[in-house]
Formats: sequence, C-alpha cells, structure tokens
Amino acid sequence: MRTATDQKERLLQGNQACAEGALASGARLFAGYPITPSTEIAEFLARQLPKVGGKFIQMEDEIASIAAVIGASVTGLKSMTATSGPGFSLMQEHIGYAYMAEVPCVIVDVQRGGPSTGLPTKVAQSDTMQVRWGTHGDYYAIALAPSSVEECFELTIRAFNLSEKYRTPVIVLMDEVVGHMREKIKLPDPGEIKVINRMKPTVPPEWYQHFEINPHFVSPMASFGEGYRFNITGLTHNPEGFPTDRPEVIREKLDKLKNKICHNVSDIVQVREEFMEDANVAVFAYGIVARAAGQAIRMAREKRMRVGLIQPLTIWPFPDEYIERILEQLDLIIVAELNQGQLIGEVMRVVRGKTRVRGLFRYDSELITPDQIFDKIREEK
Amino acid sequence: MELIPKVTHHYLRTKKKFPNVWCAGCGIGIVMGAIIRAIDKLKLSRDEVVMVSGIGCSSRMPVYVDFNTLHTTHGRPLAFATGVKLAKPSLKVIVITGDGDALAIGGNHFIHACRRNIDLTCILVNNQTYGMTGGQFSPSTPFMKIGTTAPYGNRERAFDISKLAIASGAPFVARGTAYHVVQLEKLVEQATLKKGFSLVEVISHCPTLYGRLNKEGDAVEMLKWQRGHAIPISAAGKVPPEKLRDKFLTGVLWDIEFPEYCEEYDKVIAEAQRRD
Ligand SMILES: Cc1ncc(C[n+]2csc(CCOP(=O)(O)OP(=O)(O)O)c2C)c(N)n1
Ligand code: SF4
Repeated sequence: MRTATDQKERLLQGNQACAEGALASGARLFAGYPITPSTEIAEFLARQLPKVGGKFIQMEDEIASIAAVIGASVTGLKSMTATSGPGFSLMQEHIGYAYMAEVPCVIVDVQRGGPSTGLPTKVAQSDTMQVRWGTHGDYYAIALAPSSVEECFELTIRAFNLSEKYRTPVIVLMDEVVGHMREKIKLPDPGEIKVINRMKPTVPPEWYQHFEINPHFVSPMASFGEGYRFNITGLTHNPEGFPTDRPEVIREKLDKLKNKICHNVSDIVQVREEFMEDANVAVFAYGIVARAAGQAIRMAREKRMRVGLIQPLTIWPFPDEYIERILEQLDLIIVAELNQGQLIGEVMRVVRGKTRVRGLFRYDSELITPDQIFDKIREEK
Repeated sequence: MELIPKVTHHYLRTKKKFPNVWCAGCGIGIVMGAIIRAIDKLKLSRDEVVMVSGIGCSSRMPVYVDFNTLHTTHGRPLAFATGVKLAKPSLKVIVITGDGDALAIGGNHFIHACRRNIDLTCILVNNQTYGMTGGQFSPSTPFMKIGTTAPYGNRERAFDISKLAIASGAPFVARGTAYHVVQLEKLVEQATLKKGFSLVEVISHCPTLYGRLNKEGDAVEMLKWQRGHAIPISAAGKVPPEKLRDKFLTGVLWDIEFPEYCEEYDKVIAEAQRRD
C-alpha cells in the first residue's frame, strides 16, 4: 500500500521541478519564448498555470517576454520567464529596468554553450558573468544555482521569495544537464513551504511613495489598480517615481539599490559544503559541476586526502565572506567550471594571493568528470 | 494653470510634475488633452486606467497624468502593457507611443499586439520624426524629407501605419490629427470602448525639428497643413482620385469583431480546469 509520503515522491526533470517550484511559490504568470534547453519549463506551465487560474503567454521574443513579466508583476501577479543564453542576452535591457524600477520577478537561465547560438543542446556555464554584468549601469545581481532536481525546486521557491522580499529581479542559473536530468524528488506539502510575498503599503494613497527611502532599503509595493496611482519609470527617479536630475536624489536612489543587496548578503548568500571541517584543499564548483566534484572528493577522501567541496547555491552576490573565513585552513582551491574561466576571477579576487588557486575548465560541450577533478587534485597538491 | 480647463486639471499631476518637457507648439499636449477628455466622457475612474508608454517625447505623457502610469523602455510599451492587461483584465490599458517607438525598435511588438488582439488602446503619435533624439528620420518620415540623419533627403519609404495595423490583424484602426481635436477625442473614446486591440494613429507635428528642417513653418502652419490634407473617410468617395494622392484619410478606417485574447484565455482556464 502506498502512503501519503510515497505518493509525493516523483521522478522529475530539473526543468519541471523548477516549474513546480514556481507554482508552489504562487507564480501566476509565465511569459516566454521557446529556446532549448529551457523549453520544458514553458511547456509545463502552459499546461499547469491555467489549472490554478494562472496565465501563460508565448510572446514574440524574449524582450517582450520579460516586458510582459514586469507588466504583470507591477499589476500584482508573481511572474516569471525562462530562457537560455541567446534569449538571456536579449533580456538584459529589461533586467536593468526591473532592477531600476524595483519590480520583483524571476528569470530562469538554463545555460547552454556559447557564444552566439553556440551549442543549443549541450551543457555549459557560459553565462556566469553575463548574469552578473549583463545589463548596463551599476547593478547588483541575485542569482541562485541549483545542482540537482531537488535544488531546482527549492531554489526556484527561494528565488521568488528573495525577489518579493527585496523587490528585485532574481535569476535562477541552471544548465542543460541540471535542466534535463531526472531524479527522484519528494515534493513537500504546500503548507510546509515558506512563501514570502511583497510587503504592501499601510499608508493611505496620499502618503504613498512607490520608491520610498527607508532604513531597510526596500519600499512597500502597491499594485496597479489598488487606488495608489503612482508612476514607474526606468529613468532615474525620486521616491515618488518621477524622473529627476538632482544629484543628491540620484545618489540616494542608486545607493538604495546597491544597499538592499549589499546590506543583506548574509540573508541572500547560501553555500553548501562537504567535508570542509578539516579540508586543506577545496574544490569550488556550482551547478552540475558540483555533483562531479562531490564524487571526486569522495575518491580523494578514500585516499586520505583532506579535500572538501564548496558549492555556492547563491553565486551572486558572490560568497566573499565565506571564502575569506575558510581561507586560512586552505592550501589550494580548485575552481572547476564549464567555461574558459569565469568564476575563478572572483575566487582570486577574494583570495588575494593568500592561497593557491587553480582552474579546471571544460568548454568542449562535455561535462567535467569526477576523474578529471580527482586527477587535478592529485596533480596540484 | 488657469489656462488649463477644469476637466483636464482634474487628471493632471499638477503638484508633482509641471512644467513639462514638450516644446511650445508641439502637438503632443493636444493629444494628451483629447485623451483626458475622452476618459472623462467615459466616466472611467482614474484608478482603473493604466497608461503605459515607451521612450520619446510622446512617451513622456504618462508622467503628467494622474493614472496608474508605466513609462517603460524604447519600443516595448505594448509588451509591458500585455502583461498588465493579462494580470488584471478589468483595467483599461492605454498605450502611448511614437512612430519611432512603435514602428522601428518596437515594430515586432506592434504587429504582434495587433495580431494577438489583447484589449489595449494604442495611441500612436505620428510626428514623422524622432523628436526626443533630435529630428532623425523615422519609419514614417516621407520619402525625400529631411532628417538630421537624412541631410540629403530620406531615401526610404514610409510605413502606412494604419494599413500596417489592419494587415496585422488589429480589429479597430482609426486615424485623426492634432488639428481635428474634437474628432480625435471621439476616436479615442471609440477605441477605448472597443473590445480588442485598437489603434488610433494621430498625425501630429514637431515644429522644433521636423518643421524647421523641412521648412514647414511654425506650429500654426503645420496644423493648417493637417487641416488641408486630412480627408474624412466618409467623404473619400466624393473626392476625385487625383486629389486624394497627397492626402490621408481620417476617421474610423477599420472596425471588425474578433475574439479578444483575455476572454479567450478565460476559456483556456475553464477548459484546463474541466480536464483536470
Ligand atoms: C534602446 C534604445 N535605443 C535608442 C534610444 C534613444 N531614443 C530615445 S527616444 C528615440 C526616438 C523617439 O522617437 P519617436 O518614438 O518617434 O517619439 P517622439 O520623440 O518623436 O515623440 C530614440 C531613438 C533609447 N532610449 N533606447
Ligand atoms: S522635439 Fe518635437 S516632438 Fe519633441 S516636444 Fe519638441 S516639438 Fe514636440
């Protein structure tokens, strides 16, 4: 006989788990444009969203997709889109808009090989830096990176929660393998899931400022049609939302945007570690590479090597504090990534020459194997 | 402010955002007045109106009016507005855009909004130029007219905007001018009432750049040009074809019925829930 818990255990694809996570967070609008390897998210939500009274729309391109997502979010719906590298490039202007206009929304980037059309069906981590720096202007990104089907589900919920809490776009940075692989996952009951919703104003409309400056850096958010009648613009604006050219108001706005991320790093950043207690060597890897690294570390441990895994679940903001803290015990950090070396620059920035940092890069469309990582550990140690 | 009639005043964010960015004599303010009067006539509450715009002189309009306002990015207001409408179909969503905004950078969104037939009212201020960036030629600048990036005359053909909208599937298409304000007000009213995507193309004028570059005179001269070149569609049959050649038609050019997207999506929801 099957118990209630057994029933909840399902074999899901990463992309589907991401979509399930979105539904569980209360996402009620998806706007997107098909692109491999993310399309299953759109297909799944086209079927599921109307069942819960939500809406799916296929737009004419990715620029329009994220525009519709922003429009729906300011009108009160939790909204998202999903894409891959080429579509993500097209979204950059509007990611900046969502950041500037402080609009919560979630963008899933299931990475494939680049540059350009690149390798549509192959795995890569080639957008690691685009996520951080893609849009123009000073910008502080939040990006979460799952390595398993379960993490796809959990981190999508977390992405919605962070975006609602901080009124900012949040990116879920997946990759082709994480998106397409199937694993067993136990979906929690809706009651067990912590869902955060944007803070609503408590003041009457006459006092309301859509971009209020306050000590928490996050302003309560009314939606269109609720009687508040405010202005939203991508032009640099004052707390009321009107374009400004006053230097002190400009500085205040840009500081607010920066501070709401930078003053909350400890809330936003999560790092998963394995065997780090006594490690003097660490492998630093995110996404699917962290899975191979986990295997490699167990191989090393069998040979009595003190190796551990650092897996940033939040890659932006970068886990500076964690690395600074762990640095003293380490003789070597190996950064493994599916590109020509993007995150290694960040690790070196934090390490500042205090420990050896070595890279293991693969960008030929194949995964980094546990053996490759293990060999690298032996070679560098 | 005494010069602004009471009705208009009621819908302006006077305390917050005046004076405005528009040049003296510009047609955009006239268009704004017509939209406000149409909304007033329809007795829409300010809370239920959302005005969405792109980037350009015309797209600055939402900043000044006391509705829910969304000033977006260059060319994309129809895509933002699609999300707004889908999220809350009870809202009246009016999109303000320019000829550059809607037809160059936003051309793809424009034809797809027409085709998708989501209930948006699009007011396109066609001043035949890129006003905000300094008078470059736009997709609606006539052949051989001067722009700052067409100093020897524009060698491209202009879009016939209304025809483009009709061909793209828009069920309601009208054309008015900044000169014919009473008619414009009515067209905006009809467009707002229309269930489905509606376009009002407004032939307007930019005396500061287009007018000066093309030696078309001041604002008054340009308004007179509009008066002399607009032929009401109802009268078109009576005008000999050779006299129509350099003119344009005004009024409701196209009005058909087609299922509206949000209403169709409600059926999708009902169907999905029935099968579940
Ligand atoms: C992506 C992008 N490209 C270019 C611009 C610069 N730009 C601002 S307004 C504008 C043209 C506006 O012309 P139109 O839509 O006809 O409006 P008008 O100013 O004439 O009312 C351009 C090219 C921009 N803001 N964004
Ligand atoms: S530049 Fe032209 S379109 Fe812009 S406000 Fe001045 S007159 Fe109007």
